[in-house]
Amino acid sequence: MGAARATATLKDATAIAGIGQTSFAKRLPESEKTLACRAILAALDDAGIAPSEVDAFASYTMEETDEVEIAKAIGAGDVTFFGKVGYGGGGSCATVAHLAAAIATGQASVGVAWRSRKRGSGPRPWTNTQVQLPTPAQWTRPYGLLRPADEIGLLARRYMHEYGATRDHFFNVALACRNRANQNPAAMMYDRPLTREMYMTARWISEPLCLFDNCLETDGALACVLVSAERARDCRHRPVYVHSVAQGLPAQHHGMVNYWNDDPLTGPSWTAARRLWKTADFGPQDVDVAQIYDAFTPLIPLSLEGYGFCGRGEGAAFTEGGALEIGGRLPLNTGGGGLSEAYVHGFNLITEGVRQLRGTGTAQVPGATTCLVTAGEGVPTSALLLRS
Amino acid sequence: MTQTETTTAASGGGDRADGLLAPVPDDDGAPFFAYAARGELRVQCCADCGERRFPPRPCCPHCQSFESLWKKTSGRGRIWSYVLPHPPLLPAYAAQAPYNVVLVELADAPRIRLVGNLVAAADAALNSVPPERIRIGAPVRAAFHETDDGFTVVRWLLERP
Ligand SMILES: [Zn+2]
Repeated sequence: MGAARATATLKDATAIAGIGQTSFAKRLPESEKTLACRAILAALDDAGIAPSEVDAFASYTMEETDEVEIAKAIGAGDVTFFGKVGYGGGGSCATVAHLAAAIATGQASVGVAWRSRKRGSGPRPWTNTQVQLPTPAQWTRPYGLLRPADEIGLLARRYMHEYGATRDHFFNVALACRNRANQNPAAMMYDRPLTREMYMTARWISEPLCLFDNCLETDGALACVLVSAERARDCRHRPVYVHSVAQGLPAQHHGMVNYWNDDPLTGPSWTAARRLWKTADFGPQDVDVAQIYDAFTPLIPLSLEGYGFCGRGEGAAFTEGGALEIGGRLPLNTGGGGLSEAYVHGFNLITEGVRQLRGTGTAQVPGATTCLVTAGEGVPTSALLLRS
Repeated sequence: MTQTETTTAASGGGDRADGLLAPVPDDDGAPFFAYAARGELRVQCCADCGERRFPPRPCCPHCQSFESLWKKTSGRGRIWSYVLPHPPLLPAYAAQAPYNVVLVELADAPRIRLVGNLVAAADAALNSVPPERIRIGAPVRAAFHETDDGFTVVRWLLERP
């Protein structure tokens, strides 16, 4: 009857045992490779695991330093699992998900996921006109839809039109992230408070999105270490279990320029969420703290709807009354997120989720035991439910 | 990417004399631009089940047929959404900023939404329509602009200027 048995579940089978990061800044002198090594070694030290025990790696296809270079530099042993996930910030949680699957199925025992990026001092990707991917750039870039802010701006304007979302709703998101960054000494915006007046008078980037609707441009690297739940209990910190994982590529979805299906405002979050909750022991109402991918403020209301915290079209209203602040219905991006801590393709949302469940956040949600972490909405995405 | 397209991109085929980016069509998209050069807005359509699809692709997601044809549309649509990009932008776009980028839902095929620019006339500048004239739902029709280097791009005019 072996063939008829249900497949092994990932639920709580693995845990994040270590996290590490470099400093975050507009410009760091060291190379992406060096920053990656520093973050990974810090994460291994945090876990109390020797680099020679690492046998699995996962990162993003946009990661410039590959696992061969990393393994060689940090002194990893024989590596038996490695993989990369595409779609920029959509891949963040999937790196952990892939390691969890590898470890739970016995393909490896100590996994490292990481992202190192010099986006603060490096070139903006959209300025490279020679890397015009024919699909879909032939349909968009000639008309001046050049940057991610323009692409998401089109969805944001439509969302405002259909559901009465306003700039004040987007400001609620920007403010919650900034307030948390003001509590986090590692955040790029630690000593830079944001006011409504600053937001409302800020320069436009792509109207209806202003400067403060856009994430930061950051140099920095982060990493985490994944092991079996059993092994994690012997590590230095309280284990943070990977409770449920999912990726999401909806039918007929087209990343960033998701304009060519029945309902462009129902993005990858909806697809990932259905799978994520299906394999979880709890639901959206039980989430103590959320780390939701925030390259642009409108992604938050869209994700709140997608992950089931409210109904379709209610995401903007959900942000009212301090709901996203500490003590609110759903404390959000408690390290400051991509908008105000650092933008490293969402990896800081994973490490902050771990800190919250260890009880060591700089803006700690008292007694938090469950955390949702999401990757980019608007692109093929991924998500994690973490629990302590 | 095929070798031909790589060559086009590498030889700078993406840049027009006016500094704006020219489309770099792939094999599936090339017919769209060939028809546009003749002043026709056509979309790919399954030759077996009749479903229209965009962006163009090798086979039909509804019936998996590899047979397709390009069906003429009325060239009419409505603005589904729009943005007004401001710098930092590529220099030729920054020179016209803020300009508009509209997303037009085709009257004949509402699921097909084309990115383009709302202009006062086919050959007018990207910022030739004042932003206060742009609204979601406004009816528009296609116009065809030939660039100095012979590319044709589809643009949009307000039905009621
Ligand atoms: Zn068909």
